[in-house]
Amino acid sequence: MERRSNTGFPSRRSLWIAFLLAPATIIMLAFVVWPLLSAFQLSFYRFDGLKPGEFVWFENFYKVLFQWPFAEATYNALWHNVVVFFTLMVLENGVALLIAYALLKEMPAHRVHQVIIFLPVVLSAVIVGFLWKLLLHPLFGAVNAALGLFGIMGPAWLGNESTALGSIVFANIWHWIGFPTLVLLAGMQRISREVLEAARLDGAGDWTILTRIVWPLIAPSVTIVTILTFIGAFNWFELPFVMADMEGSPAHSTDVLALYFYRTAFGSITSGIQDFGQGSALAVLMFILVAVITFFALRFLRSREIEI
Amino acid sequence: MTLGKHARRILLGGIALGMLASSPAFAGELTFWTWRQEDKATYQEIFKDFTAKNPDITVKVEPLPDNTYPTQVATGLAAGKGADVIQTHAYGWLEQFVKANYFEPLDKTNVPNLANFGPDALSALSFRGDGKVYSLPYATMTLGLFVNKDVFEKAGLTPPTTWDEFITVSKALKEKGIIPLANGLGTSWFNEMFVSAFTGPFLGPDFAAKLSKGETTYKDPLYAGALSRLLELRDYMPPNFEGVDYETAGQLFLTGRAAMLAGGSFDIANYRQLNPAINMDFIAPPAKQAGDPPRPSTFFDGGYAVNAASPNKADALKLVNWMGSPEFGNKFSNMLGNISPIQGVDIKDPILHHVADMNKTSMPHLNVVYFRFAKPTGSELIQANITKMMSGEIKPEQVGAAMTDGIATWFEPFKGK
Repeated sequence: MERRSNTGFPSRRSLWIAFLLAPATIIMLAFVVWPLLSAFQLSFYRFDGLKPGEFVWFENFYKVLFQWPFAEATYNALWHNVVVFFTLMVLENGVALLIAYALLKEMPAHRVHQVIIFLPVVLSAVIVGFLWKLLLHPLFGAVNAALGLFGIMGPAWLGNESTALGSIVFANIWHWIGFPTLVLLAGMQRISREVLEAARLDGAGDWTILTRIVWPLIAPSVTIVTILTFIGAFNWFELPFVMADMEGSPAHSTDVLALYFYRTAFGSITSGIQDFGQGSALAVLMFILVAVITFFALRFLRSREIEI
Repeated sequence: MTLGKHARRILLGGIALGMLASSPAFAGELTFWTWRQEDKATYQEIFKDFTAKNPDITVKVEPLPDNTYPTQVATGLAAGKGADVIQTHAYGWLEQFVKANYFEPLDKTNVPNLANFGPDALSALSFRGDGKVYSLPYATMTLGLFVNKDVFEKAGLTPPTTWDEFITVSKALKEKGIIPLANGLGTSWFNEMFVSAFTGPFLGPDFAAKLSKGETTYKDPLYAGALSRLLELRDYMPPNFEGVDYETAGQLFLTGRAAMLAGGSFDIANYRQLNPAINMDFIAPPAKQAGDPPRPSTFFDGGYAVNAASPNKADALKLVNWMGSPEFGNKFSNMLGNISPIQGVDIKDPILHHVADMNKTSMPHLNVVYFRFAKPTGSELIQANITKMMSGEIKPEQVGAAMTDGIATWFEPFKGK
């Protein structure tokens, strides 16, 4: 391939490629790489006020990982991220798999259903958060009004420690279920019809086809869905922020790492204190956690993929 | 070369765009940042008086979103693009900006009108490190009890003044199908005010003074006793009160579905605007016993600071000095419906006038005034723990212990207690 012209200068073609790549590269450098490096740098400084003070090595990391009460808040938030991830894997992606299979079978009105299921995905998380906050309102919400028809007094969904996180996860599933459905459906549509028909001729039922034939053959789609769910669950911010405020109310029962990081770094109405050092340490830890686990998960998931 | 031309055009376009985005204020024009979007028009109106006296200086009011205000102000100041005059909160909020040298110290030479303020107001907006004032105080906020007079009248009841009366009246209201108290626990910052309003009369200013010096802590049985009173309120709050947020509580009160609401004087003007027909009053929270002086909790909400890097510092100081005059204080109190701490201000509104009277025997809003200087702040601790206590998960003594231990991580006088 021509890389350099005879004169030793870059050819017009390479310059053109560089020019086309430049905007994306500049944006990535300015808004991803630079803030990431800044966060790494700031995490080593003690902040007393809004400017970095003394260089304190790993003090901020020590505080958020081992020192009460910050460490307690970190592990509480991390635990919620883990719960959210597994709940989404089972409920959101599990149901999405069943819906995708139903859509694959092209039952009557499947196209309409496909649109309906995907529709909430195009809404912003802020709108979805407000919508569900209204639907789950403890006094005037539609959900409790519907329960009232059956003589049941619905709880304060977002006000009880036992129901708040589950309610937000439910809203998240409603919002996002169309996405894994579409990805898994696309994976299923790549499977040769002959394979499915042969299985059916051999007397395999839907459950056998789904678990023995479809599931192994959509491994690449499952990899994508799993990784995106993992990244989404560990960077979860908008919905809890809108539905449960920056404090992860009530009593931090909906706190997740991104919320904890945000209010540590930027302060909140409540605390009024900002600590970029400790906040940056949390951000760095989140980055390492997501990057490392994603790397190993990808290697594992890729290894079980089969070329169709 | 074509590429070169393109690149140059893009570069020039970018520079032009950058210049547009950061267009500076015109000479003689001061910029003013506030998080109070709703006050923009009133501030603009008030600043016309300043311009009338100083024809060469105009003021441009630029409100920023309240939930990201500290972040935006910090970012703006760090980038050297902050407004000339900036509305600030008080106490710990202000200190973090002062420590970064973002604000100009104020004294009686550059702001002679500081003489119009009492020592409490000035100390709320001073840096503990050097004792200097960095922001000119603008409002005293009072936590008390909103009462809907029409609801009380219809029910044939009188608003309560003592705790026992409060319980008796609440029982009677509940029997008539009226929610006695609109408050819920769905909004963290409002929960803290709810706690302060009702516990204040049981704690008193002596406890506050001792607490501020570490002579006592939140482990004091007096505090647990005051908190345990809140548990009695659960029967008189709305159904599902755990999820009733600040906005819903306001709606319940304004529509007459609830008779009372523990809240802040900052909402008097707001509630009047939302329901101009409401016949309400703002009274002291229920006293421990008959004959006790009114004990609302108060705090200084904030002030007006001068950006230390402002190119128009002299004009900015002139404006801030004017904002410390009784002329501004009168307009502020009467147009924005808040109590100005400027001495000599004549508050015309009867409710605000009454609140200003109550404030003479008030006590401090404890965590905001004393324990918002480092993490974990007293506010964070009470907000998370109070919902646990009200749901029965923990006892009042455990709330006091958690708060003391949390604050002790940075407040020396609490260490080991």
